[in-house]
Amino acid sequence: MKTSLLDVRNLHASIDGKEILKGVNLQINEGEVHAIMGPNGSGKSTLSGVLAGNPAYTVTEGSARLHGVELLDLPPETRSHEGLFLSFQYPVEIPGVSMVNFMRAAVNAKRKFLGEEPMKASEFLKLMRQKREIVELDANLASRSVNEGFSGGEKKRNEIFQMAVLEPRLAILDETDSGLDIDALRIVAGGVNKLKNERNATIVITHYQRLLDYIKPDFVHILYKGRIVRTGGPELALELEEKGYDWIKEEIDGTGKED
Amino acid sequence: MTAKKSSEAARQYIDLYRHNSELIDRACDAPALNRRRKDALSVFESTPFPCKGDEGYEKTSVEEIFAPDYGINVARKNIPVDAARSFKCDVPNLSTLAAFVVNDAFVPSQGLAERLPQGVTFMSLAEGARRFPELVEEYYGRLATDSSAMVALNTLLLQDGVLIHIAKGTKVEKPLQLVNIFSAPVPLLAFRRLLVVVEEGAAVKLLVCDHTQDSGKAYCASQVAEIFVRRGARFEMCSIEESSALTSRMAQTYVSQEEGSVTNVNTTTLTCGTSRNEWRVSLNGSHCESRLTGMAIGSDEMHIDNDTSVNHNAPHCHSDQTFKYVLDGKSRGAFEGRILVTPEAPFTEAYQSTRNILASPDARMHCKPQLEIYNDEVKCSHGATTGQLDHEKIFYMRSRGIPEAEARTMLMQAFMIDIIESVSIPGLSDRLRHLVERRFDGTLGSCASCNSNC
Repeated sequence: MKTSLLDVRNLHASIDGKEILKGVNLQINEGEVHAIMGPNGSGKSTLSGVLAGNPAYTVTEGSARLHGVELLDLPPETRSHEGLFLSFQYPVEIPGVSMVNFMRAAVNAKRKFLGEEPMKASEFLKLMRQKREIVELDANLASRSVNEGFSGGEKKRNEIFQMAVLEPRLAILDETDSGLDIDALRIVAGGVNKLKNERNATIVITHYQRLLDYIKPDFVHILYKGRIVRTGGPELALELEEKGYDWIKEEIDGTGKED
Repeated sequence: MTAKKSSEAARQYIDLYRHNSELIDRACDAPALNRRRKDALSVFESTPFPCKGDEGYEKTSVEEIFAPDYGINVARKNIPVDAARSFKCDVPNLSTLAAFVVNDAFVPSQGLAERLPQGVTFMSLAEGARRFPELVEEYYGRLATDSSAMVALNTLLLQDGVLIHIAKGTKVEKPLQLVNIFSAPVPLLAFRRLLVVVEEGAAVKLLVCDHTQDSGKAYCASQVAEIFVRRGARFEMCSIEESSALTSRMAQTYVSQEEGSVTNVNTTTLTCGTSRNEWRVSLNGSHCESRLTGMAIGSDEMHIDNDTSVNHNAPHCHSDQTFKYVLDGKSRGAFEGRILVTPEAPFTEAYQSTRNILASPDARMHCKPQLEIYNDEVKCSHGATTGQLDHEKIFYMRSRGIPEAEARTMLMQAFMIDIIESVSIPGLSDRLRHLVERRFDGTLGSCASCNSNC
């Protein structure tokens, strides 16, 4: 019997008074990879933002438990400490904050949460070095400001690097493939696969089947108009690739057109 | 503006001088300084202190700064020399040629005179005026001559100051450091004066630190600095204020640059009560470079006001001003900055920028950038922004597990990084970064590093 990791029930959320998520249900077990696909504006990024605790969104109903802990009651930093990680679609540039200081603050905050002492400098630098190799990031990364002047590919690799350092239980990759050339895509996907184990799980949010050639999902969900309207195996992604989203829209709306 | 002739605030100083003029002259014992008091008195009697709302003083009342009845050590008794001896600088690991000004008295560090390299004079201004009357006569009061009541008051009542002279062609490697300390068991007003002459082709770096030893007493500093940077000379200065909530400071710094000279001046306000700083830079020869940077960190009820003017009076000069404030609590900030390009200054490049962050809804920032250009051959710009910390950045950091308060601190620190890095005194940039970090995380001035037992 598999152990449940994430349990989302009847999740409703809005931004600026407009309801985007209209009752999302999602169950994820340890060791699984789930892909969430859907047309533009269906609520994919809202779902990841709401789970990570972006204050821009207001949750109006529902629950989201990570290994039994209600996420929706927690500030974003505590969700991270509990093992949630969001790889941003648009990683934020933070001029003046070096990667090494950024990661040290993140690592030590989590250790504090777990009641552990801050990591020794030498130990920390070793950790950075090891994890950097997973996504083939440059050694001068440490002294550079967070994402500042990074290329699109470097930004995404940097997200996976952070994921590698923080070792989350559940990672949400929001459009991690957008803006990546094929080499960068392979490195990023390779990094994600290396980090996979039987205790953690991954949600891959994507538009295209392409990324799923590299990160094999166990389940594929289609999010449309704020609800998961279809769940299937990997073949569902292939079907979408072939037929587009219109048939789904047609089934749901009965017209084939977005309202 | 109606002339508020001899307001009550001003009256007390006029009376003080009239009753004690002989005593003051005798205690100072430097004709070159004493000779200027008469003119200063007539300027002071006819020039009111600026009040809040006056042109250039929109947010700061100088009259209020000088209104309290502070003590003034007219007879120069009981100068607490030990305060200097026991003082431990917050900028350690920086090897400097240090001297102190305790209240208004010059106190050299142990063996300073012997350690000064050839060509370097760093001494009491009164002593300098006795030993080198011609030099002091030539420069003293020549830049700070405008009709400012504050300069006049300083000239009227000062008894000592600091003289720095760098002989022609002398390049001083070690930075000079001047530590201004308040140490008195009673409320006190100190008149401080700095005269710097960097002769042709010479170069010097100066670190100035302002401290208060007893944060329970009210102090006021009247600080006037005149800095002459002669042909081809180089002058770098970093001025750090770390005083108490009960300390007021009225500082005026005048810089005159001759042809081909370079200056890089930084002013940092870490903590203060009320601090009004005026920077007056005149580029009087061609091909000068002037860089003026400032950073201010306000919290609680601090009031920080920087007022700059950079006057381009000669062609082919380059000036750059960058000021940044982060204001938290109920603090108040003001920046008035002016660039003046005269008809005599074609091919001028002059830039000014001020960027500010309000970290609390109760903090306020006032900006007044000004350009006055009387010439077509110029490249000039100015920009002013005031905003809040970026919510996206804060969320990104929190999503990685960094608590909100820490994320905010890191962003505020990051905001100041270019100002910190503009400080060119070796080693100081790193120390400044550390001080700013401690300022933001609240551990600055915790007395842990000071052994003055106040």
